[in-house]
Amino acid sequence: MTKFLLPLGIFILLAVVLAIGIHHSPDKGIIVSPLLGKAAPAFALPNLTDPAREVRSADLKGRWYLFNVWGTWCGGCREEHEALLQVRRAGVVPIIGLDWKDDDAQALSWLTQLGNPYEVVATDHSGRQAIEWGVYGAPETFLVNPQGIVVYKHVGALTPEVWTREILPRLSKVPAAAGSS
Amino acid sequence: MLPELGHFALILALLLAGLQAFFGIAGPALGRDRWSGAVTSAVAGQAVMIATAVACLVGCFVSEDFSVAYVAENSNSALPLFYRVTALWGAHEGSLLLWILLLAAWTVAVAFGSGRLPPRFAARVLGVLGVVSFGFLLFTLATSNPFLRLDPPAPDGRDLNPILQDPGLAVHPPILYTGYVGFAVAFAFACAAMLEGRLDQNWARWTRPWTTTAWSFLTCGIALGSFWAYYELGWGGFWFWDPVENASFMPWLVGTALIHSLAVTDKRGLFKSWTLLLAILAFSLSLLGTFLVRSGVLVSVHSFAADPTRGIFILTFLIIMIGGALTLYAWRAPLLRSSAGFELGARESFLLFNNVLLVIAAATVFAGTLAPLISDSLKLGTLSVGPPYFNPTFMLSMLPLLALLSVGIHANWKRGRLGDSQRALLQTFVAALVLGCGFAFGLYSHGKVLTPIGATLAVWIILSSLVDPIDRWRRGLTLSRAVLGMTVAHIGLALAVFALTAVQSFTIERDVALAPGGTTKVGDYEFRFEGVKPVEGPNYEAVAGTLTVTRHGVPVAVMVPQKRNFWVQHQVISETAIRMHRGNNLLLALGEDLGAGRWSVRIQIRPLVALIWIAAFIMAMGGALAASDRRYRTARALVTSSEGATAGQPG
Repeated sequence: MTKFLLPLGIFILLAVVLAIGIHHSPDKGIIVSPLLGKAAPAFALPNLTDPAREVRSADLKGRWYLFNVWGTWCGGCREEHEALLQVRRAGVVPIIGLDWKDDDAQALSWLTQLGNPYEVVATDHSGRQAIEWGVYGAPETFLVNPQGIVVYKHVGALTPEVWTREILPRLSKVPAAAGSS
Repeated sequence: MLPELGHFALILALLLAGLQAFFGIAGPALGRDRWSGAVTSAVAGQAVMIATAVACLVGCFVSEDFSVAYVAENSNSALPLFYRVTALWGAHEGSLLLWILLLAAWTVAVAFGSGRLPPRFAARVLGVLGVVSFGFLLFTLATSNPFLRLDPPAPDGRDLNPILQDPGLAVHPPILYTGYVGFAVAFAFACAAMLEGRLDQNWARWTRPWTTTAWSFLTCGIALGSFWAYYELGWGGFWFWDPVENASFMPWLVGTALIHSLAVTDKRGLFKSWTLLLAILAFSLSLLGTFLVRSGVLVSVHSFAADPTRGIFILTFLIIMIGGALTLYAWRAPLLRSSAGFELGARESFLLFNNVLLVIAAATVFAGTLAPLISDSLKLGTLSVGPPYFNPTFMLSMLPLLALLSVGIHANWKRGRLGDSQRALLQTFVAALVLGCGFAFGLYSHGKVLTPIGATLAVWIILSSLVDPIDRWRRGLTLSRAVLGMTVAHIGLALAVFALTAVQSFTIERDVALAPGGTTKVGDYEFRFEGVKPVEGPNYEAVAGTLTVTRHGVPVAVMVPQKRNFWVQHQVISETAIRMHRGNNLLLALGEDLGAGRWSVRIQIRPLVALIWIAAFIMAMGGALAASDRRYRTARALVTSSEGATAGQPG
């Protein structure tokens, strides 16, 4: 009889080990963004307001910035616009806009009517740049540090809570680099 | 609309799987034959629902519906149509759906092929399959729903993992999974027999073709995976002992043991509890293989979707399925006694050795695969186990297995004396020794200790396998497909051993830095580097290097290895150039740009490497041939006659 119980015993032992293994797995969270902790994509894109000057990632090296993906067709972007204006007024970190798959004329009238929270706005008509950033849907906001590393990503409309709870603490950890705008 | 429809169909399938499990198990247990009769309808309904769900997800991929999260993560508008369809199983959720679809297909096949099974037994088999399907559907719906919507929808997808954008890998998972899932049928037959408390030779005869078919698919799947790793991963290995590979190899080893053990149960009514245990083990390892990769318990170079939150669910499911089956085994297996005996030199004892050695081999692979996990959970530090462990321990059980094979196929059932075959065995062994050593020392004039041993054993298996069929053919006797299949599979194994011996002994590998116009000589071949040029693909950019290959001044080929940069996922993949020439496999991979037009190039010359995969395919063909024997298809009287006399049947 015991001989027939042996397989079950071995299996139970194994199940315990597997249970401990799952418990010890390094990261229990869901994978937020493959870009987190990695270098932000390099880009050189048309400038919405000043066609003569390209928006280039190289020019942003050495400063903190928020990278905000938006479009006039996007409801969540309208929703977060007030929060973005507040961030601009706070003057702690500049916002770089990526106007995604949008019409330039409409985007310009949006900014004149609602106010412009961005230091500079790049346009991405083909949508290729947004894919580089792994964007699922607008709005999405990335926080990039002076070394060009993405340290935080927020999906959906930015709110004052997210700003105070998630973004500001990350900035204040490195006070010297923050006051750039 | 399509995703919601698919989601709904999946929920209905879950309910029908529950009904199938309940009626299939409770019906026969309570003696309600009308309940048992309802099982087939549940099977059919469930299959239709699952097919609908899969069709819906394929529809989402084809119509580029990026509001579905799974589609947005695994497809892209630039992706060709073929890969948009195969992207279905590009990640965790879809792979599970594929698993469920294949299980439904096997279940339907069993339901239709069960006409000659006793109705109650058939109901039990389908009931157990219903339990498996229910577990998988619940897991999918609860933790891995492929139909979840994104709000707002993504304007474009993140693209399919570039590694999977290859025809070989696109068809690899369905074939491998067909094999994995096929062992569910053997498992269900085993559980049904235990529920019934009765296991006779008929049972083994019903189970054999299903098991052999599943094994053939698994063989093909593993070979395809290894082939893909060889020419896609780029640095020229065909087997890495990687956890994902091991996960498919362990069920294969145990499945091979099961096939042989079933032969004994079929022919002689022996090894009953052992066969049951192997059937449970083979499917358990398939389940473990499916899940180990996905759960985040083990991290491997292959794993592209690891999520530990699913781990708990998986473990619970494994405990219920495997723990339940093993409990059933502990309770029922003691009832299954067989009265027949056999002598030491009889075929039964050789098949017992075969079983024991294969299980030991599977256990060593298992230990090596799980060792890192075990040492980690016991806080012994991180441990990594690689080829230095696997190669020698695996050989330790494989060499005796190969050595015993030739003798085993000539042994008689029940009786220990070899009789007439003794002379044939001796003759073939001497011939094999001459040919094997000739190959090692004559043709290549160098090699390792194992070279003549491997070559001799391989040749011996081929020659001794052919003795019986040739003899029968000369005497004008017909060969059953079962015997033919066994012979073909054994020759396939021998060819694989021969090819592995040659590759391991005689491979030349060289890393060289080449400037445009530069040449290098490796083995008998000269390679001239012509420089690199950029190439643009549909969703990647690449540099292609051109090398002209000559042998003793005679042009052989122009080979163009590439290095591709997939722009969506920022992944650089080396596309190797491969060419067969006179049995040698030339493999070139482009390495690093060393500046000033100079590139590092890896050159490998492997003799007979293609034979490894051809041999695996021959083995699978042998399995298919044996499974199609009409012995398994014709209806049989309930009383089993002793068939011990028909020696030469498969083992």
